[in-house]
Amino acid sequence: MESFEKPILKVNNLRKQFGNGCKKCEDMSEDVLDKNYCPECGTVYACQDVSFEVYNGEILGVVGESGSGKSTMMQCLYFDKEVTKGDAYISNYKDGKSNIFKESSQQKRYIRNNVLGKVYQNPILGLKMDFSAIGNIAEKLIASGNRKVDEMERRGNELLEHVNIPLFRSKEEPKNFSGGMQQRVQIAKALSNNPPILLLDEVTTGLDLSVQANVLDLIKKIQRELGISMIVVSHDLAVIRMLADRTIVMLNGKIIEKGLTDQILEDPQKPYTQQLVHSLL
Amino acid sequence: MENLLKIENLSKSFTLHNLGKHIKASQDINIDLKEGKFIGITGKSGSGKSTILKCIYRTYLPETGDIYYNSEKLGKVNISKISERKMVYLRKYEIGYVSQFLNVMPRTTAREIVKQAVLEMGYDDEHANKEAIKMLSHFELDKELWDSYPNTFSGGEKLRLNIARAMVKHPRLLLLDEPTASLDYDSKKKVKELIEQLKNEGTTMIGIFHDIEFMEGLCDEKFNMQAGKFI
Ligand SMILES: Nc1ncnc2c1ncn2[C@@H]1O[C@H](COP(=O)(O)OP(=O)(O)OP(=O)(O)O)[C@@H](O)[C@H]1O
Ligand SMILES: Nc1ncnc2c1ncn2[C@@H]1O[C@H](COP(=O)(O)OP(=O)(O)OP(=O)(O)O)[C@@H](O)[C@H]1O
Ligand SMILES: [Mg+2]
Ligand SMILES: [Mg+2]
Ligand SMILES: [Zn+2]
Repeated sequence: MESFEKPILKVNNLRKQFGNGCKKCEDMSEDVLDKNYCPECGTVYACQDVSFEVYNGEILGVVGESGSGKSTMMQCLYFDKEVTKGDAYISNYKDGKSNIFKESSQQKRYIRNNVLGKVYQNPILGLKMDFSAIGNIAEKLIASGNRKVDEMERRGNELLEHVNIPLFRSKEEPKNFSGGMQQRVQIAKALSNNPPILLLDEVTTGLDLSVQANVLDLIKKIQRELGISMIVVSHDLAVIRMLADRTIVMLNGKIIEKGLTDQILEDPQKPYTQQLVHSLL
Repeated sequence: MENLLKIENLSKSFTLHNLGKHIKASQDINIDLKEGKFIGITGKSGSGKSTILKCIYRTYLPETGDIYYNSEKLGKVNISKISERKMVYLRKYEIGYVSQFLNVMPRTTAREIVKQAVLEMGYDDEHANKEAIKMLSHFELDKELWDSYPNTFSGGEKLRLNIARAMVKHPRLLLLDEPTASLDYDSKKKVKELIEQLKNEGTTMIGIFHDIEFMEGLCDEKFNMQAGKFI
């Protein structure tokens, strides 16, 4: 039970701003920033003091309207973007005692390659389209220190099989693959180094419904069989309902509500969440 | 005997901000539920019955009052104030909820649905399959249906699948929301037998029935609701 309640990832007061700020917005008072930008200087506060935790083996859902800061938050966690402020701890990295945002770029690379996996909405961001499917996986394996070719090939094929990419297509370039297949290759790649945490940003958006169901089944299966913790960002509440135990709601860069997923959907407390749930259901 | 569940002055209302509405759903609810007992709740549509069960399951956030639950693993907890993570634990291992409507992943077979409930408790595939088969046969779901999708099932079949999914976890506390609604007489009788069976096995239950007479002889206590209150 104790480990059940121990977070694997803890994020405190994450802030990401674009722009330098001014006297007016510096103190981040509510009335100035009820939007996500300063009307005075135009600085965008994409994430404002975002704090949450992810527990061992759980899927945390993140919902919120377009521009609310969901992707920015995921990019900060994966070091695609540098945070302005805040700290984060991963229990599998230095015993959860080191603020990963403050680590050297070398250590950040290590974390990306060994502790985190990310799947992008747009496969172009997550895959090299002119490498073969298995080459994409090998690339990540090499980045995390593997050198043995036959070992990597075995692992690559095992992963592709796991995500239902037929073996005879593993040498093909993903640019020839369908959208759903590309997402599955991305997932295989993200899983290649057995990361304890997976970041999924709108992975089913743009896929047609039956392909979507297929990818969702895969995500569920991975969570169940491998016990990987995940953050799943989606504007599709059906996706969140299916996958997430707990959900946080973002608006203007802030978390405005959090709770058990069915509670967020059936008994939302905040006016904004009620509106969001009603508009999207 | 120990109380498994003790609800004190539970009230729940809904504020619908966009409509400027405030709805009082359940008010001043008190329940004492001892281990192995079965409480039946009845009342008119909209009187606040489901709201009580959903507060116990934390699908609804209780507003005022306390819901004490005596957990096997966590000890005595107050569900009104418990952490989300602990509630996830209780749902996974101790408290089951059977809703009137089956909502499951699309394109998932009956067998898979029941299996998944076992898998999420950390058992392996083989064990999950064995337990799933045991439950599906126990609740007399036609063998032909095991590997088909439930969206084509009849109301009674869906319901039995729903109960199988909840029961396969052997929850200590089972919440049943209208398990006999919209069933024909024979199916209703089956459900009654099933509840009796669960009771004999020691499961503690709260059930909502609009025709509670049908449960005659099974309920250890009955409540009638009107406008959010027990009368
Ligand atoms: N490089 C940048 N410069 C300035 N503003 C930016 C930059 N990148 C993002 N933003 C702003 O940050 C805010 C948050 O964007 P983000 O992409 O995180 O939103 P999102 O919640 O992922 O939205 P969506 O649902 O549309 O993907 C937006 O207002 C966006 O315009
Ligand atoms: N999620 C919700 N949001 C807003 N109002 C709700 C919600 N759930 C229930 N209510 C309202 O609370 C009141 C009680 O509803 P509840 O579902 O508890 O009734 P019930 O006794 O179970 O009725 P039925 O027999 O029709 O299922 C109703 O007025 C209902 O409209
Ligand atoms: Mg985004
Ligand atoms: Mg009801
Ligand atoms: Zn400013």
